[in-house]
Amino acid sequence: MAETAVKEKEPLFQFGKKERHLITDPLNDNNPITVQVLGICSALAVTSLVYPSFVMAIAVIFVTAFSSLFTSMLRTYIPKQVRMIVQLVIIASLVTVVELTLKYLNYPIYKQLSVYIGLIITNCIVMGRLEAFAMANKPWRSFLDGIGNGLGYGAILIIVGIIREVFGKGSLFAGSPIELKIIGPSMDYFINTADSVLFGWYTNNNLMVLPAAAMFIIGILIWIQRSYNTKLVDVS
Amino acid sequence: MYTTRYVIGFILILTASVAVALTGLREVTKNKAAQNEDIFNKRAILSAVEDYLPDGKKVSSLSDEEVSQLFAQMEQPVLNMQGEVLDGVQAENVDMAQERKKPEAERRLPLYIYEHNGEKFYILSVRGKGLWDEIWGNIALKSDANTIAGAAFDHKGETPGLGAEIKDNPAFAKEFEGTKIYEDGKYVSVKVRKGGAKNKTHEVDAISGATVTSDGVSEMLYRGIKYYQPFLEEIRQSEKAQGLLIQ
Repeated sequence: MAETAVKEKEPLFQFGKKERHLITDPLNDNNPITVQVLGICSALAVTSLVYPSFVMAIAVIFVTAFSSLFTSMLRTYIPKQVRMIVQLVIIASLVTVVELTLKYLNYPIYKQLSVYIGLIITNCIVMGRLEAFAMANKPWRSFLDGIGNGLGYGAILIIVGIIREVFGKGSLFAGSPIELKIIGPSMDYFINTADSVLFGWYTNNNLMVLPAAAMFIIGILIWIQRSYNTKLVDVS
Repeated sequence: MYTTRYVIGFILILTASVAVALTGLREVTKNKAAQNEDIFNKRAILSAVEDYLPDGKKVSSLSDEEVSQLFAQMEQPVLNMQGEVLDGVQAENVDMAQERKKPEAERRLPLYIYEHNGEKFYILSVRGKGLWDEIWGNIALKSDANTIAGAAFDHKGETPGLGAEIKDNPAFAKEFEGTKIYEDGKYVSVKVRKGGAKNKTHEVDAISGATVTSDGVSEMLYRGIKYYQPFLEEIRQSEKAQGLLIQ
């Protein structure tokens, strides 16, 4: 507490090296999915198409960022005995905001994501960051940390979504206004696709549509990441 | 350590302010959300007559206003199990999920009579069980009350890539087009056949790997369309009287 009192003079929205690291670290060195292995449930469930993954990523970024911000703002007032309950109230209300907004703006995507929006509440990334970071840091940094972790989660979601949709459905961004048909015959697929076909002989891989495919893809991503980033490799 | 009084006070203030904020947001978004849901359900019904929409449009290219307009133009009677039209209800206000919970004799049947270029289409709603949860669909019959003009299915929780193909793969619903539910004046419905359709007028190919869902669709169609029998028979009789019915 004494330390924070001294540093009170520094600008409120400083963006230096430390702050930059709050954003970039979760993208690689400290990725919530591939390194901390948190939030796997929704990563397996919603990534069969890119568009829902994208919406989910935005929803999670919103929830992690603002729950970190609010928790950090309240951190000196939150009674330690009930801090988890307080965190849950904050997360749950933000998730409800997301749910109501989606219903208002885009009902079909709300239907498609169904329970997984509600399940952001139980996404370990959110509460993990509140406990580990927001409870001990200032609002601005907590906010950046929330955004960083949301981005790290979202990046993996979108990568997995792209791989699964291209090989499982032959399309990209299905269900969104910019739907594209990438590979495979155009006949037996979604209404309203462009007719450009790259590999007409390609048969959609049904395994890619199943959640199990996401498990393999995330596993392979972890492998690739660790072969580049050797400091993540556990030598013991 | 904080005192109990502080803890209770803190929690009360926090939850009260959160509750007020969320209630406010819900009140603001409520009407639009309900409208969105309504349009979403209406689009699902219209996808049964996708090939017969005005100006050759697709369901996804219709605007919300156009969807509401099409429904305002439609005749929407609600039938009871005897085929009589019930007064004071519109088909779009009947919730099929609720109807399915009632005993069979008390169910209400929504019917949408869609007109395109002077041709009438009867859109029937059916609901049944798939592998994991409920499945449902809308079947459009041509004016002879026999030939299927189009079908659209949806589900609550079928396996993606397998059972979920009844919705995701338009080729499945497309197979139903042109099939007939009567054979020599007898009701036979349309069957989803494993191993490939043999009789193309009354059978369609099943989805490989999704036997239970496919059987569920067969069962749902047989039972669901049968509910409409009294009404369909009436139409067939009047068509016959006019000498329009060939088969």
